Amino acid sequence: METNFYNTPGKHKGILAWVLSTDHKRIGLLYLSCMTAFFLTGMTLGLLMRLELIAPGRTLMAASTYNALFTLHGVIMIFLFIIPGIPAALGNFMLPLQIGAQDVSFPRLNLMSWWFYIIGAAVAITSLFTGGGAPDTGWTFYVPYSIRTGTNVSLAVFGVFLMGISSTLTGLNFVTTIHRLRAPGMSWFRMPLFVWSIYATGWVQLLATPVIAITLLMLMAERFFGIGFFDPAKGGDPILFEHLFWIYSHPAVYIMILPAMGAVSEIIPVFARRTIFGYKAIAFSSLGIALFGYLVWGHHMFTSGMSDEARMIFSLLTFLVAVPSGIKVFNWVASLYKGSIRLDTPFLYIMAFIFLFSIGGLTGLVQGALATNVHVHGTYFIVAHFHYVMFGGTVFAFIAALHYWFPKMSGRMYHEGRARIAALALFIGFNTLYFPMFVLGWQGMPRRYYDYLPHYQPLHVVSTVGSWILATGILLMLYNLFRSLRTGEKAGDNPWGGTTLEWKTSSPPPVENFEKIPEVTTGPYHYQ
Amino acid sequence: MNEQDNHIVTTKTFAAVWIALLMLTAITVSVAKMHLGAFSAFTAIAIASAKAGLVLWYFMHLKYEKRLLKFLLLVPILTLAVIIGLTFVDVWYR
Ligand code: HEM
Ligand SMILES: [Cu+2]
Repeated sequence: METNFYNTPGKHKGILAWVLSTDHKRIGLLYLSCMTAFFLTGMTLGLLMRLELIAPGRTLMAASTYNALFTLHGVIMIFLFIIPGIPAALGNFMLPLQIGAQDVSFPRLNLMSWWFYIIGAAVAITSLFTGGGAPDTGWTFYVPYSIRTGTNVSLAVFGVFLMGISSTLTGLNFVTTIHRLRAPGMSWFRMPLFVWSIYATGWVQLLATPVIAITLLMLMAERFFGIGFFDPAKGGDPILFEHLFWIYSHPAVYIMILPAMGAVSEIIPVFARRTIFGYKAIAFSSLGIALFGYLVWGHHMFTSGMSDEARMIFSLLTFLVAVPSGIKVFNWVASLYKGSIRLDTPFLYIMAFIFLFSIGGLTGLVQGALATNVHVHGTYFIVAHFHYVMFGGTVFAFIAALHYWFPKMSGRMYHEGRARIAALALFIGFNTLYFPMFVLGWQGMPRRYYDYLPHYQPLHVVSTVGSWILATGILLMLYNLFRSLRTGEKAGDNPWGGTTLEWKTSSPPPVENFEKIPEVTTGPYHYQ
Repeated sequence: MNEQDNHIVTTKTFAAVWIALLMLTAITVSVAKMHLGAFSAFTAIAIASAKAGLVLWYFMHLKYEKRLLKFLLLVPILTLAVIIGLTFVDVWYR
């Protein structure tokens, strides 16, 4: 049998060979498996919420339970799943391979990041069963409620704080790796676009995450000592919390979406069999998004009582930050022109991504405009919008990349027929679940409510049915991948005919990635 | 780092910086009592930045570091400056 990083014995055995490994590939898979478990948990909570909403009034649970559910669902999906997301799981595995390195710059730090993540997650989950019970503030932890509620906000917030450390260290590690460890001949403009996106993301993780860390510490100090940062009676300002929270959390949406866009730029040239259109435009738009992403956080606060001047400036900047995303979409579509397209599963998900992300992005502009924002603020329109960008965008690209790199990671091919059926179920289920929410929101259905007026019911029923179709698709997709780990055909080193470096080594790769570090002489997407 | 021994900072410099820091602290306190309204936060931040700068420059030997390190330190500072600036568009005009 060929040697690869799975069957090469290391210092430790059994589970320890994973949780104490400094191999970036093993760490990537650790993240991937934990994140899959958390995603399924979050999905179950989502399904329960949808079930509650199938009829007005109390259906399954008390109002306070519903409040805890959407908080948990939000915290799990955001901090345990999508923030580590593509960089920590697939980035960890693929980044060193794509730049022809043997590992990341700081392998031990990389392992430590995972430990911070998993301990943070454990602390956050412990908060559900201890103290005053599961937090019920929503994932945003807004003051003054988060200071007053008797539920276990402090511990949950501390868990998020620990996960923030993990994210910062990962960013630092990747930025350094990309600067220092590229293979000979790989100049900046010969880097795959996935690497560019991880690079831009790394800077955001590095520079934005400390802000949420400080904010959460201030919140804890406020809960324990009543200092008064956010309390007007003591000279504080509750809107300050919203500022601080979104100074991180808006750039954080780019931590989620940039790597997804990188994956899209990676998959399109391979399945269209031609070089990407506008390489530099895509690379620089990643940096542009990372840069301008810092300046738009106020668009979450248009109805908070912020000054009019600030509202106008933030609205303008929000419209500007849409430009680089538009550049990317146009370049992707242009890359298909005169391509020789293969409709395999990764490409199907990418098509779904472009469609869903465009809906998510354009409805974002509806919210970025001041007048319409006031109308849709705090409604299901928002819930629909962010699921379209985070789920329809990031998660669909994540799944695409998972299928694309599955043969490299496992050495085997997944079952194509089942994968396509799952993709179809996901796409139909997704739109059935979330599109009605746009309409509901426009009609005035507020978010974070377990009850509603009877005339909203038909669309709520449609949405709930959609959640079942979606969940079926997700389960089928995962079942297919897991099953193929054992029964899939041997994939070979380069089943898609990709041109980036990860396809030049064996599948799965050996411990140090390459027999001989490759020499790079051309750009990343070189097709005849 | 590696040329650590090549520069000797005199006790006089250290003492001067220390006195400057004390004076700046005194100014912060007295300015706080003047109730400058919209400008009170601004002056407090300006003075605090000057103090942090002095500490970095002399006590933490930034003065003797390579250009690259100084530049890298500038990146987060600029980011913070822009973020705080934008926040003040709200605070000042509210
Ligand atoms: C898997 C299927 C999913 C279902 C059925 C689902 C369903 C829901 C529902 C019903 C709500 C609450 C609406 C409300 O009462 O305001 C919600 C909120 C939310 N969802 Fe999902 N969702 C799913 C996946 C995701 C994913 C993948 C993400 C992000 C990666 C996500 C992030 C969020 C966030 C951040 C909130 C807001 C929580 C809050 O209001 O504090 N969801 N979701
Ligand atoms: Cu935002």
